[in-house]
Amino acid sequence: MFNVRSASPETKMATKLTCLAAILLSSTGIAQAANGLSIESWRSDDANIWSDVIIPAFNKSHPDTKVNFAPTPPTEYNSALQAKLKAGSAGDLITCRPFDTALDLYKDGYLANLNDLNGLKQFSDVAKSAWVTDDGKDQFCMPVASVIHGFVYNKEIFKELNLSVPKTRDEFFKTLDTIKSESRYIPLAMGTADQWEAATMGFQNIGPNYWEGEKGRKALLSGKEKLTDKAYVDTWKELAQWKPYLGRGFEAQKYSDSQNLFTLGRAAIYPAGSWDIQTFNNQADFEFGAFPPPVAKSEDTCYISDHTDMGIGINASSTNKEAAKIFLNWMASKEFATLYANAVPGFFPLSDHQIDIKDPVAQEFMSWRQQCESTIRNSYQILSRGTPNLENQLWNVSAQVINGTMTPEAAAKETQEGLEQWYKPQQ
Amino acid sequence: MTPSNQHDEKKPFPWHLVFFLGPGLLIYVVFSVYPLLDTLVLSLFNEQQGQSSFVGLQNFITLVTDETWSQAFWNALGNNFKFFAIHMLVQNPIGLLLAVLLSSPKLRLSGTYRTLIFMPTMLSVVIIGFVWQLLLSPIWGISENFLYSIGLGQYFDAWLGKESSALITLAFISVWQFVGIPMMLIYATLLNIPDDIVDASVVDGANSFQTFWHIKLPLILPTIAMVSILTFVANFNAFELIYAVKGALAGPDFSTDLMGTFFYRTFFGFQLQQGSASMGAAVATLMFLIILVGVMLFLFFIQRRIQRFQF
Repeated sequence: MFNVRSASPETKMATKLTCLAAILLSSTGIAQAANGLSIESWRSDDANIWSDVIIPAFNKSHPDTKVNFAPTPPTEYNSALQAKLKAGSAGDLITCRPFDTALDLYKDGYLANLNDLNGLKQFSDVAKSAWVTDDGKDQFCMPVASVIHGFVYNKEIFKELNLSVPKTRDEFFKTLDTIKSESRYIPLAMGTADQWEAATMGFQNIGPNYWEGEKGRKALLSGKEKLTDKAYVDTWKELAQWKPYLGRGFEAQKYSDSQNLFTLGRAAIYPAGSWDIQTFNNQADFEFGAFPPPVAKSEDTCYISDHTDMGIGINASSTNKEAAKIFLNWMASKEFATLYANAVPGFFPLSDHQIDIKDPVAQEFMSWRQQCESTIRNSYQILSRGTPNLENQLWNVSAQVINGTMTPEAAAKETQEGLEQWYKPQQ
Repeated sequence: MTPSNQHDEKKPFPWHLVFFLGPGLLIYVVFSVYPLLDTLVLSLFNEQQGQSSFVGLQNFITLVTDETWSQAFWNALGNNFKFFAIHMLVQNPIGLLLAVLLSSPKLRLSGTYRTLIFMPTMLSVVIIGFVWQLLLSPIWGISENFLYSIGLGQYFDAWLGKESSALITLAFISVWQFVGIPMMLIYATLLNIPDDIVDASVVDGANSFQTFWHIKLPLILPTIAMVSILTFVANFNAFELIYAVKGALAGPDFSTDLMGTFFYRTFFGFQLQQGSASMGAAVATLMFLIILVGVMLFLFFIQRRIQRFQF
């Protein structure tokens, strides 16, 4: 009986999903008709920006192509997209998650190869790295936007306490000490309840300065460096030092709590991702600025996490591939980069064009690309493919290190052991 | 007489049974039996890069012996037993107490109390999780000031964030939400006890405690047993509250991880972790087996020994 079945669960699953998707998502099929293009995306927050700003701008130069932006909420995007692709009802353009999620779609034949797309020439290799096959040969999505990590600070509090923006780690901790001893403000607005902030806004934010950005990330991939090396342990050691500067009860403080503490003016510094700029612009009634993760000595090269977060590719079974390519080439233009960067401050275009961003804080984040070396989060490429999952482990151990329930050395040991269990170059 | 003649004399096939049972049976089979059996079958396969192959019990062996999986599995199972124990020790006794108080004829406004206590049960778990997070929040919450005003301020802590207290706190929130169910079930049984039995015990000189202990409690034992088994099944399927409050990673350090959240992470994946349908099916099968064994033990050793009384 099992022999008969052994080939079938995959297809059966597919048929089941197909039926389900056909019922649930039949409405999106309409968008594929005729001369239109439909875009799948998880940025439901940006729906207005696409329909009011970006698509009209595209239609000025290409009046014949109707474009429809059809987003799904971020938490459902991956599974909904999978179901739509299987059912053949997905849009012509697919917004790509970075690395393995998109790579799997390409391997399963859902995304078209983009090697001959002209627009790709506008992007650097680091920018393209998130959507290329492991051997670096095939490009399947075009980079759209990245997010940059750093620290956002409340300018009024800094003025009140006569503080200047810290450049080095010593200055950073001195600043935190001053805020803690001379005012009632919370020095650092971060909590560990959601865990990901500890890893993303903590570990991946300050870490590149320790492991020297791309150099350390590549060395980890090739097996030359280990997570038990000094650079990584030191990153966790610095995180452990953050604890006294966090608010009371930070163990139960969630991401939205941290955002609110900062926008209500109760906290001075906020370890940020650039996507927070939009929220802060809407909610904070004081001026805020940003500074990059502090370095050891002021003359040191600085490294920032400029993480490739969003790409866009073409549905392999799209009936309108030519129009889709025209749209992608337009998305590689300076016009799109300028429009997008200003419409969604905090998401930075990855193309090489020089563009002006009007939002001062976004401008500040963007300027670090000139001063510092860019890298991406080290757990995203390849290293989170196995069991145990490195990204999940980083969340867990980084939160514990900040909570003080785990030593930096133990955190390094646990993650390295996890990696050694399945990743050949590290064995 | 030939057998075929005999056959002819039999009653016609009872088509009306098919007509009446069919729709219900069909829905039950399609949406309950088939997915369950398919899950069991799926758990015997392994899928890698889109290829699936039959691997027998390998998934289960991995789950309980391979260190990366077994640690998470035993941790989730242990937490689940703690979660269940707290419900049995807190939720059901409180439910019983409330039911007894409510059924007291001297109590005024009992209808109001009944509604108020039952109300949280009808609310969405997501709302419950959100409200309690706010109440207990060390930043915005009111529980700290409340504790100070009754002189216990120094005991306040970020309970939901500490490894030692997060699971217990979540269990108490769940107890608070669902205490209405045992209360209602026991209350209904208490109302069914004929007055003459209670009157007879009073005439015989029993005080109210003796009446409860010797007359009422034995009569509501079958209901308490049923409440226990409902609690068991519900707790081992619990997922929503943990997911709503702590997310799928069930922190800190997986101290609030239950079988439900463990299954969710395995089956659907989480962030960069890709989900595995076959491994997820194996976890789901184990959950099913644990519940099955629990219910069977209960049926064999407890349910059969309980005496029932007909009035």
